[in-house]
Amino acid sequence: MTDAAIPLPAGGKMMRSVVTPEGVAVHIKLATLGERFSALMIDFLILVATMVALALLSLAVGGYLGWTAFVLLLFLLRAFYFSGFELAWNGRTPGKRMTSLRVINRRGGPLTPAAVIARNLMREVELFVPLSLALSAGSVGLSGGWTWLASMIWVGVLVCLPIFNRDRLRAGDMIGGTWVVVEPKPVLLPDLAEAEQNRQSVRETEAYRFTTEQLDVYGVKELQVLEDVLRSGSAASSEVRHDIAERIARKIGTSPPIPNDLETTRFLEAFYAAQRRRLEAELSFGRRRRDKFDKVSRTPTRSG
Amino acid sequence: MALELKSTQFRREREGTWRELEKLVERAEKSGVETLDGASLTRLPTLYRATLSSLSVARAVSLDRNLLDYLEALCARAYLSVYGVRERPGPLLAAFFAWRLPMAVRAAWRHIAVSTVVMIAGAVAAWWLTMSDPTYYGSFMGGMEQGRNFQSTPEQLREQLHHTASGGQLGAFAAYLFSHNAGIGMLSFALGFALGVPTVVLIFYNGLTLGAFVALYQSKGLLVEVVGWLSIHGPTELTALVLAGAAGLKLATAILFADREPRLARLARDGRDAAVIVMGAVLMLLIAGLLEGIGRQTILGTLPRMILGWSVWVAIVAYFSLAGRARR
Repeated sequence: MTDAAIPLPAGGKMMRSVVTPEGVAVHIKLATLGERFSALMIDFLILVATMVALALLSLAVGGYLGWTAFVLLLFLLRAFYFSGFELAWNGRTPGKRMTSLRVINRRGGPLTPAAVIARNLMREVELFVPLSLALSAGSVGLSGGWTWLASMIWVGVLVCLPIFNRDRLRAGDMIGGTWVVVEPKPVLLPDLAEAEQNRQSVRETEAYRFTTEQLDVYGVKELQVLEDVLRSGSAASSEVRHDIAERIARKIGTSPPIPNDLETTRFLEAFYAAQRRRLEAELSFGRRRRDKFDKVSRTPTRSG
Repeated sequence: MALELKSTQFRREREGTWRELEKLVERAEKSGVETLDGASLTRLPTLYRATLSSLSVARAVSLDRNLLDYLEALCARAYLSVYGVRERPGPLLAAFFAWRLPMAVRAAWRHIAVSTVVMIAGAVAAWWLTMSDPTYYGSFMGGMEQGRNFQSTPEQLREQLHHTASGGQLGAFAAYLFSHNAGIGMLSFALGFALGVPTVVLIFYNGLTLGAFVALYQSKGLLVEVVGWLSIHGPTELTALVLAGAAGLKLATAILFADREPRLARLARDGRDAAVIVMGAVLMLLIAGLLEGIGRQTILGTLPRMILGWSVWVAIVAYFSLAGRARR
């Protein structure tokens, strides 16, 4: 089985596959620039608030002791706030945690401390230098306006780096070999085919049966669209369901269900279950019918 | 009753495992892997591998998209918590000092050589220019003169070299020197990303101030004393700045000369080693800050200063060249 045969989960351009050390590719969604910016803003606010608190505290202590502690703690905060949290919390800072983001190793191995430190040392020129340059805009006389402008342009290019590459890598991610990804949220819903089977066993009706020819009309893509419709519950109005049921009936050449909600739903569920059985049986022979335009393979199989 | 779908049967048989993993991962995420009890901790990798194999099977047998998405997300999530930052702080630090740092430094010997040459070139240039024309002094020192210039008398300068201060002041001074120099070190690493040009400028500039400073004292007949004054912290501090600069150059060469490797892969590999070197440099600057802030203010003789400063330097160089050689 090749990767191309595996449909990517929803998320499109931002999905990346990571091959785990066990050799299975799992798909993970990269964080968008907006998500990363919000995480950074949260961290930045925490940093500034902590710095202000430190300043007040050192003033309260006073003397050389207060000053020494202030200088050292300020340095530690600036140099190790991000890497400290990312090391302790498995690739997350408070801001990333609040926005469900996480730093991971791009090549699929464990996230090493050296990678975390490397990616955060770059903040020196990505965050702190631009800030001090921006703050020094008023007093550029010291280094000269042109130097200031040149540094500003260079830093601007560096800060905008994530916009210009597909993986949204900032300079630190390039050096650390890391990605920032969205924490995946697993949600398991009931099996639709199973619901249909239970219904059949209870009511012992076989009102809706489909032939192999009828089940060869559609492919996997259509099956999963139908899954979406059935799972959306009340979100898909009864008119939409009627409409879909009628279109399916017309397409496969059978009589449409009695147009009431109960019968429509039963028809769609029965068709979903039968269609899935047929396509999964085909799949076990190594044939994946992608969509209704894919060629039909002729094999005798049982179908419901 | 209709025959059960293979994918439904598959799900029914394995769902328990997935749910258990889901709960365990959630607990690990909320309060850290270390809060899990022993039984759960041994269970986690087993469940993770079982679920990963479920994902492979599901891709082959099931067309239930919600099931596939769920397994995908669960595996990704479990993968992230099973393969996160794994090392405990203790063994991590031990490995860092035992072999990671010295090996990274030794591997970067070419960059260190270049960085050293650039700094010496800066020092020699500034020394030569200042000796021939003292007006250069001000432009080399920038804002760092601290009242030391060619208008000062030899007595004033000597007084500066043997100045002492109170205990609290020393600590504050050491802290300031350390954070200032460590900032410069980290900056010269990060600037390596701009193909190393700003890094080279920064190292050269550090050399310039050194050369001009020595020239000032030498022209007033205080060469030996200034060498003693610099010796106590200078070797360690300047070596640390050379290392930080070398780390920056390592980034630059990874971008410029990636050889057969993809550029990004090379950058990621060299970037991590460079970061390790910078951490070493920051620690050396901490030592230098203590030597300068406290040692220099309490030890006033020129000879003791030289002995202390250079023996610390020799110890550090010996550590970098000898430690961790047994590994591999």
